[in-house]
Amino acid sequence: MHLLHVAIVLPLMYALFAGLFARWKRTIHTGWFILPLPALLFIYFISILPGVSQAPLFASLHWIPSLNINFDVYADGLALLFSLLITGIGSLVILYSIFYLHTSEKLGHFYTYLLIFMSAMLGIVLSDNLFVLYTFWELTSISSFLLIGFWNHRDKARYGAQKSLLITVAGGLSMLGAFFMLSHVTGTSSIRTLLLQTETILEHPLFPVMLILILFGAFAKSAQFPFHIWLPDAMEAPTPVSAYLHSATMVKAGLYLVARFSMAFTPSDLFFILVTGVGLLTLCWGSYLALKQTDLKAILAYSTISQLGMIMAMLGFGSSTAILGAVFHIFNHATFKGSLFMVAGIIDHETGTRDIRRLRGLLTFMPITATLTLIATFSMAGVPMPILNGFLSKEMFFTAATELAKEGSLQAAVAPYVPIFAVFGSIFTFAYSMFLFFRPFTGSKDEADFPNKPHEAPAGMLISPSILVALVIVIGLFPNLIAGVLLAPATESILGGKAVTDIYFWHGFFNLPFLLSCLVATAGILVYFFRKRLDGMYRILPGKASGNRLFDGLVYSLEAGSSRVNGRIMTGSLTDYFQIILVFFVGVVGYTIVEKMPLDFMSSQLASVEWYEWLILLVIGLSAIVTLFIHHRIALILVIGVTGYGVALLFVMFRAPDLALTQLVIETVTVALFLLCFAHMPRLEKPGKKAPIRKILQIVLSVGVGVIVAVTGISSFRFGDQFEKISAYFLETSYTLGGGKNVVNTILVDMRGLDTMLEIAVLGLAAIGIYVMIKVRDREELK
Amino acid sequence: MTGTPILMASTSIGLIIVSVSIAMLLIRVIIGPTLPDRAAALDTLGINLIAMAGLLAIRLSTIHFNDVILLIAILTFIGTVALAKFLVKGVVIERNSR
Repeated sequence: MHLLHVAIVLPLMYALFAGLFARWKRTIHTGWFILPLPALLFIYFISILPGVSQAPLFASLHWIPSLNINFDVYADGLALLFSLLITGIGSLVILYSIFYLHTSEKLGHFYTYLLIFMSAMLGIVLSDNLFVLYTFWELTSISSFLLIGFWNHRDKARYGAQKSLLITVAGGLSMLGAFFMLSHVTGTSSIRTLLLQTETILEHPLFPVMLILILFGAFAKSAQFPFHIWLPDAMEAPTPVSAYLHSATMVKAGLYLVARFSMAFTPSDLFFILVTGVGLLTLCWGSYLALKQTDLKAILAYSTISQLGMIMAMLGFGSSTAILGAVFHIFNHATFKGSLFMVAGIIDHETGTRDIRRLRGLLTFMPITATLTLIATFSMAGVPMPILNGFLSKEMFFTAATELAKEGSLQAAVAPYVPIFAVFGSIFTFAYSMFLFFRPFTGSKDEADFPNKPHEAPAGMLISPSILVALVIVIGLFPNLIAGVLLAPATESILGGKAVTDIYFWHGFFNLPFLLSCLVATAGILVYFFRKRLDGMYRILPGKASGNRLFDGLVYSLEAGSSRVNGRIMTGSLTDYFQIILVFFVGVVGYTIVEKMPLDFMSSQLASVEWYEWLILLVIGLSAIVTLFIHHRIALILVIGVTGYGVALLFVMFRAPDLALTQLVIETVTVALFLLCFAHMPRLEKPGKKAPIRKILQIVLSVGVGVIVAVTGISSFRFGDQFEKISAYFLETSYTLGGGKNVVNTILVDMRGLDTMLEIAVLGLAAIGIYVMIKVRDREELK
Repeated sequence: MTGTPILMASTSIGLIIVSVSIAMLLIRVIIGPTLPDRAAALDTLGINLIAMAGLLAIRLSTIHFNDVILLIAILTFIGTVALAKFLVKGVVIERNSR
């Protein structure tokens, strides 16, 4: 048990007490009790950071050793970068939520879910075991589901929670499949060991399947195209949740996964095509759609999608510049997007609306919020001002995109097109960032339509976004503060080797990336001013072809389809069910007979048939056939009685006196019982006119069943004497061991008495059942 | 089959006669036309079964079917009475009218 284990499990344990805190002191906001925990963890992770950048920590804890599943934790640069984000932003979000959520909310629930989520997220990034990672992965899906549906009295919150759960769990399950294959191929479930077997993995014929399944999991979690649709609907969550889960941590779990495995997968062309392609597509699609939104959080959601796509694309490039850029942008995005969500929450909180069409001129009411927004949006846009960290990482993105040609033949082939996508996505990013700042904060306040009277947010609410925005500027000014100690180890653990990790503060004026940035800024301003003209385009391009329609249609058609199938099969008619059973029986047994069994009937061992046996068979057969055509109940039961007596006579002929006795009595009792029932039953109707085809099919089916049973019986006869019969033993020992000369009875009560006892139990139960049915019915009538 | 030829021949003749009788009774059971016809035919069928069981017991030279013969006699009686009561009163067992 290492301290790292404790660090992962501690929030989970602490979650047990969150509800108690909420009940214990109602005057003090529960968040204050929760806040020290992530802060403590953050300090712990900071304290181990210098050591880890030299030598990664590893600790193991037995969990299910027989299945090779152990709670192994491995803290290297990448894991620590994420751990710091999780605990750091976690602390800020909890601080923010203290002022955001009123004490009348179900705070115990909120913090319980949040702590579970924090634990799960730490578990993902620190686990070294595939299956432990998967466990925590699903735990994030579940806790995210709970958090999105926190206000579960709202329809949209429930819809969003369900949608995100369906999509991320589908991804998670496919990832589990890939993990099984990976651990089977490499013979280990430790990620560290597994990543060293690049050759084995890449040359395995199942590699493309594994890759696609893993990437499906990662893409679904990280809201990549086309699985991005759950993220905008997850915005129904409380804003601290959106800030924490849906900008800084959970949606980066997919990025973490891709980054973690890229050491082994990068040499594969398929990995490059999928990750880069999907990343670029997500970047463009997300930023294009973000400009269309009118809800602040929806803009931020699409913006998150597009930024995640950009990071994903950089992970796909695989060059050391690109990886460094990706890691840097993961960090930067967490800072500015976290603060933007908090700002959106503040605006919502103070004005009562998030609809950007109703917000105007907030600058005069909320100067501090406006300043924070300005810096964060400009950083997100990558405005060419070297005090913003977003600009630096965007420069690195352009550098990586333009340098792609140096990497390999495939990369060289697509290299000319990548910057086009990158620039296109960035132009729209620029445009919606401008929109996000200028639309609500500038303009005349007379046009605005605030539900509440706007005013500046309380200081407590502003602390967290201020800290994040301060980070934006500090990192923007002094990127090498974190480059050496935090980003370099993370980059190295992705690349699996030394990396050049100097982040240039300023590239100089005349280089391609800077020119691209200027191009993006100019074009972005143009797009911003002419955004009304784009409406026509939005009607054409997403138009009806949106992922939401696809998802809703899929869910609807699954439900409708399965209910249609159920309606078709589960008709409620016993005739139909019986026909299904018989068709299955005829099909399976018939197929087995035709395929497996040679139909050679042996006639050598058959006994000769006496003429009077023929006669009695004729009687039984005749009366059996006649039953089909009788429509009078009593006549029917009498004819069936003839069949029964005929069978009794057969027993006599085959020298089974006990059977004959029993058969006679039972037949008589049955006939009497039928007569009892018939007094209460209506006349048997002539069967209605059925469709002739249906009738013919039923006849064919029943003849088929008869033939199959007959053939099975006859052909099983040839196996009859393959083994020694046990009856010889019974005949021999019935008197000596059982003390009886009637062998049948000796078997029934002595040699196999247990069967008899249970048959007696059956009869007893039947009797009790009949009694109860009659009596209970009477009692119901009395009521 | 055991027994002397004359025994075999006479049981055969007996079985044939009983079988023909059964076949004709079967026709009566099936075509009716009324229910009492069928009931009476069934009763007679039971008596024919007694005869057949007896003949078979002789033919197979066994005493183990004597029980069967007695049972058939009892059962056909009970069955016919039940059926007759059903046909007359519509029920087999009447409720106590106390």
